[in-house]
Amino acid sequence: MNASPEPRPRTAIRVDLQVIADLIQPNARVLDVGCGDGALLDFLVHFKQVDGRGIELSQAGVNACVSQGLSVIQGDADTDLKDYPSDAFDVVILSQTLQATFEPRGVLSDLVRIGRRAVVSFPNFGVWHIRLKLLAQGRMPVTDSLDIAWYETPNIHLCTITDFVELCDDLGIVIEQGMVLDATGRPRALRAPGFFANLLGEQGLFILRRRS
Amino acid sequence: MADGIPSVTDDGDRRAPPTSQRSEQPVVRPVPPSTLPGKRLFIPATAPLKLDCGAALGPLTIAYQTYGRLNADRSNAIMVCHALSGDQFVAETHPVTGKPGWWELTVGPGLPLDTERYFIICANVLGGCMGTTGPAEINPDTGKPWGLSFPVITVADMVRAQKLLIDHLEIEQLFCVTGGSMGAMQVLQWATAYPDRVFSAVPIAGAARHSAQNIAFHEVGRQAIIADPEWCGGDYQLHGKRPERGLAVARMAAHITYLSETALHRKFGRSLQNRERLSYGFDADFQVESYLRHQGSAFVDRFDANSYLYITRAMDYFDLAAEHGGILANAFRTARARFCVISFTSDWLFPTPESRAVVHALNAVAANVSFVEIRSDKGHDAFLLEEPEFHATLTGFLNGAAEHRRLRP
Repeated sequence: MNASPEPRPRTAIRVDLQVIADLIQPNARVLDVGCGDGALLDFLVHFKQVDGRGIELSQAGVNACVSQGLSVIQGDADTDLKDYPSDAFDVVILSQTLQATFEPRGVLSDLVRIGRRAVVSFPNFGVWHIRLKLLAQGRMPVTDSLDIAWYETPNIHLCTITDFVELCDDLGIVIEQGMVLDATGRPRALRAPGFFANLLGEQGLFILRRRS
Repeated sequence: MADGIPSVTDDGDRRAPPTSQRSEQPVVRPVPPSTLPGKRLFIPATAPLKLDCGAALGPLTIAYQTYGRLNADRSNAIMVCHALSGDQFVAETHPVTGKPGWWELTVGPGLPLDTERYFIICANVLGGCMGTTGPAEINPDTGKPWGLSFPVITVADMVRAQKLLIDHLEIEQLFCVTGGSMGAMQVLQWATAYPDRVFSAVPIAGAARHSAQNIAFHEVGRQAIIADPEWCGGDYQLHGKRPERGLAVARMAAHITYLSETALHRKFGRSLQNRERLSYGFDADFQVESYLRHQGSAFVDRFDANSYLYITRAMDYFDLAAEHGGILANAFRTARARFCVISFTSDWLFPTPESRAVVHALNAVAANVSFVEIRSDKGHDAFLLEEPEFHATLTGFLNGAAEHRRLRP
């Protein structure tokens, strides 16, 4: 019933979001969990003609999204994914949000339940310079991508790529594709999961599905 | 301002007679609704409206107003559903009170419901007292005012009547249905009862059911009216009387629920009304008392007491889930509209959890839904007031929906 909106001039989005956008098939039904100000969702709706929805915790983010015509609800990955029926979406995206959830296990399980695929990206706490900082300084690392002190950070469930892969295995989640991104958000030519991916990747980016 | 469209001019614009002429009529009510200006749709007795209570109502008059122009493919119509004490005079000077329309901050050129772009329709609800058939009108079978012999109506009945109007205007699909409070109930009813007729739905400060607390407040209002000896068992019109005190008290009690503690405190605090010290009596010592008394007495000039009973009852009966096996999500299973649910942080009459329940139910059927809670300290009435973030949200949502509907900017 809803026709696609009119095309509009292409605008640039953050590099790591562009990597995710490139993974999405045109016309897919997409849910972006933790969609922030809606940059990725807006891109997908206008350039991939997806049927896009979003969930965002911050009121400012939600208002920004809805004000630009995106279908976004104020909500929380921990509590609001439960409502959705299974296979409601072709793809569910969780970009840079997993580490801020209370129950990453429940969230991951819900992602692969309500989406036929899930795209999950997160900062890799196993990257070499974080390991080095902790080893050399003996203090919680504050980096460009994790730039908030330990007592203020919303990132309460940080993990390494190896940890993430192990959790997926525990939950019976199949990793269809894995990659790591560098500090600028560009993919690195490393096989993920793997020792070097965990050592050199700033971000992990995985396509998941539930075991059929 | 109220531009009609060529095909519906047969309804005719009825202008109110001059004031002097009106004042000579017996004082049964300040303004007989049949003399109010505006558009009318007459439904003949041969095609009565079937009501939830089992009765069939006909003939039937629907009083409505429109703003803006319907476009060539009739795709830009927005149905505005008014609240309990609202009416069809959305965006023009009210013919009875002389005050601005109740949604003039939202409906007009360049405003969120942009009359340069959209065709806005608002009908007085069934059971109302501004020209649509209600208990104050004459029952053609008896030649007397309906009074309490008027059938009990529901929100679904109100929407059935509105659908007759939309059919009459030959609008296949409304671009949007929106409204606050009881208007939001009608929006939800529209989207679930006529899914093919609604492209987008914006329920504001509403709920899928009336809560026990809200029913309780309504009951206080109704009892205030019924306890007024001038109510005369509902037959006050026959006796040339009006239960003004009862209706005023009902309005005073209800008005408190539309505000917030913060808003009341900011506006009045404990300030005294035209006096230096307490009177040690029961005059309106405090400004807030004086304000409420004014709200009450102003309301009786434009509202019918029996209408108040019927419309509050319709709200009390509203429970969308109950009609669908007790599961709200089932109500939305056939809904196809793009939804934008809006609530306000300080609204304690229709608090955010009520809106969130609607959103959860919509999510459960993977409906297309946006949900925004607007930060405001103005209480339930925030939807009527200057709230830039609310207006930005509404504008943005409608723009997005218009883009999908391929409406020209």
